[in-house]
Amino acid sequence: MRVVAPLAVLVLLLLGLPHAAGWFHAWQPQLSHPLYTRTSFLALTLAHLGLVAAATSVAVAVGLGLGIVATRPAGRSLLPTVRAVAVIGQTVPPVAVLAIAVPLLGFGAAPTLLALVLYGVLPVLGQTVAGLDQVSPAALHAADGMGYGRWRRLLDVELPLAAGPVMAGVRLSAIVGVGTATIGSAVGATTLGSPIVEGLVGNNPAYVVQGALLVGALALTVDGALAVLERRLRRAL
Amino acid sequence: MKAAALPVFVLAFVGMVAASLPAFLHVAPNRLLSGDALSPHVGSMAGAWLFAAACMLLAFPGRRVLVAALAWAGLVGLPLLAGTDARLILAHASPFARVQLGAGFWVQWLAAALLLLDRLRGMHRAVQAGAWLAAFAAVVLAFATGAFDSLALVREWQAQRAPFAAAAVAHLRLAAITLALALAIGAPLGWWAWRRRRGDGVLVGVLAFLQTVPSLALFALLIAPFAWLARAWPALGALGFGGTGAAPAVFALLLYALLPVVRYTVAGLDAVPGDAREAARGLGMSRSQLLLRVQLPLGWPVLLAGLRIVAVQTIGLAAVAALIGAGGLGRFVFLGIGQGAMDMVTLGTLAIIVMALAVDLLFQGLLALTERRA
Repeated sequence: MRVVAPLAVLVLLLLGLPHAAGWFHAWQPQLSHPLYTRTSFLALTLAHLGLVAAATSVAVAVGLGLGIVATRPAGRSLLPTVRAVAVIGQTVPPVAVLAIAVPLLGFGAAPTLLALVLYGVLPVLGQTVAGLDQVSPAALHAADGMGYGRWRRLLDVELPLAAGPVMAGVRLSAIVGVGTATIGSAVGATTLGSPIVEGLVGNNPAYVVQGALLVGALALTVDGALAVLERRLRRAL
Repeated sequence: MKAAALPVFVLAFVGMVAASLPAFLHVAPNRLLSGDALSPHVGSMAGAWLFAAACMLLAFPGRRVLVAALAWAGLVGLPLLAGTDARLILAHASPFARVQLGAGFWVQWLAAALLLLDRLRGMHRAVQAGAWLAAFAAVVLAFATGAFDSLALVREWQAQRAPFAAAAVAHLRLAAITLALALAIGAPLGWWAWRRRRGDGVLVGVLAFLQTVPSLALFALLIAPFAWLARAWPALGALGFGGTGAAPAVFALLLYALLPVVRYTVAGLDAVPGDAREAARGLGMSRSQLLLRVQLPLGWPVLLAGLRIVAVQTIGLAAVAALIGAGGLGRFVFLGIGQGAMDMVTLGTLAIIVMALAVDLLFQGLLALTERRA
């Protein structure tokens, strides 16, 4: 239900919006271009999704890796520093990360990608540390008693037990990513935010509504899909 | 002992890499062009980081204080170094030239701050607070004496002092109004949701649904309804209810703020032990007395923790609201991006981050105060 409904809306919008020029003309008769046609909505959606998917995979790899290192006995002393970075990072808004990335990488998709990765690492890292910390000592002792090595204990016991919280972090990271990628169109990335920003700048409310509807449906679809995955993982325990 | 040294090694490594980056400073011919990278002190900066790491390898008494002092010196010294360099460079340059802080500076500065944080951990509270306050005071003092006046960031601020102050005030006002409204609406909603356990599913569901919608899309979708409202009731239009502007921005920020406020209100009410409620009932307190005298004082710290999250989140989101004409510091960021004036972008961004950190600290202080009293 949580995936099907938004996905259906998204598909309907993708199929219907290109033929809805008449409606938007009726709503805003003064506009000479009532429909965003610079890039097709499908291409925008795929570009948006691609950006978020690429950034989230990198963020998950980095966040998971750092989280695992910081919870090993040898890396424990890093934990306070890692936490401090996460807390400071949380107060830095996505717009700021985006703005910081522009002078480094110029305009386009690159600064957006960097901002998405930097910002996406935090939720995954935080949830990985929290998830690995809450694995019961009894489970760890049992694994040790069965003669599991460090790696096998991590892969077969700790990570599966922490999968639920980690997945919650991945979900949060992806959702924030969808939102930040939208703002990324303000620095020249081609995403579903492009019609919104172009409409705001060019005083074209039809473009704004088209982009906003699509990106809203996309965000809810992504969130729904990852929520189902998270529930499955938690139930599998 | 080895393990405790790990953060120093990691941060020293990060600092050393940042010190060797080509861009400690950027020298640009004017405000809009991007400049050439410049790194005048690679050797000495990398050497200092190496020294900090080496201190941890040799066991001698007081090395922890030494490394902490080194980190403190980096925190205060790096901006001074950059400021001095900028003055020397500008002495032989055209009047339009700008000296911007580069990635090498920012990463080293962050590493120094994190190193100080790590080395101070476990020391007495007064020592920790004293070290940070002294660093803060030293940087402010240097700023007041004009040590940073040659840096592009400070020049940009001096050129735009009035609009910058106005934007900062507008930003704070947006956040404060949102926070007040969120508390006024969210707390009763949370209380209602807590009273009827079964009824809250829909409310929280709707609020969580809204939380998922990207901020730019929500801001954008509100333009049309607010424009319609202003046309239908001109009195509202006079209050600022245009399609763009502060009213739709506050409304959208409020929608994002409600979920945490409702959730933390419920958690705060849950935190009040059942015994305390029973006892109050037994004393013959009415429901409103119970709420004001028992539940509010006992649940307040939890609600305050929620407000801290809301405040920081709202300051960040309010930056996006600049795109629909709500003003605030986000205007500096997006205007700067539009003009290609990176100093303006940095100025706005830095101000937003500082504001969020300051509000976060303020709420931490309030929390510490209420907890001590409780």
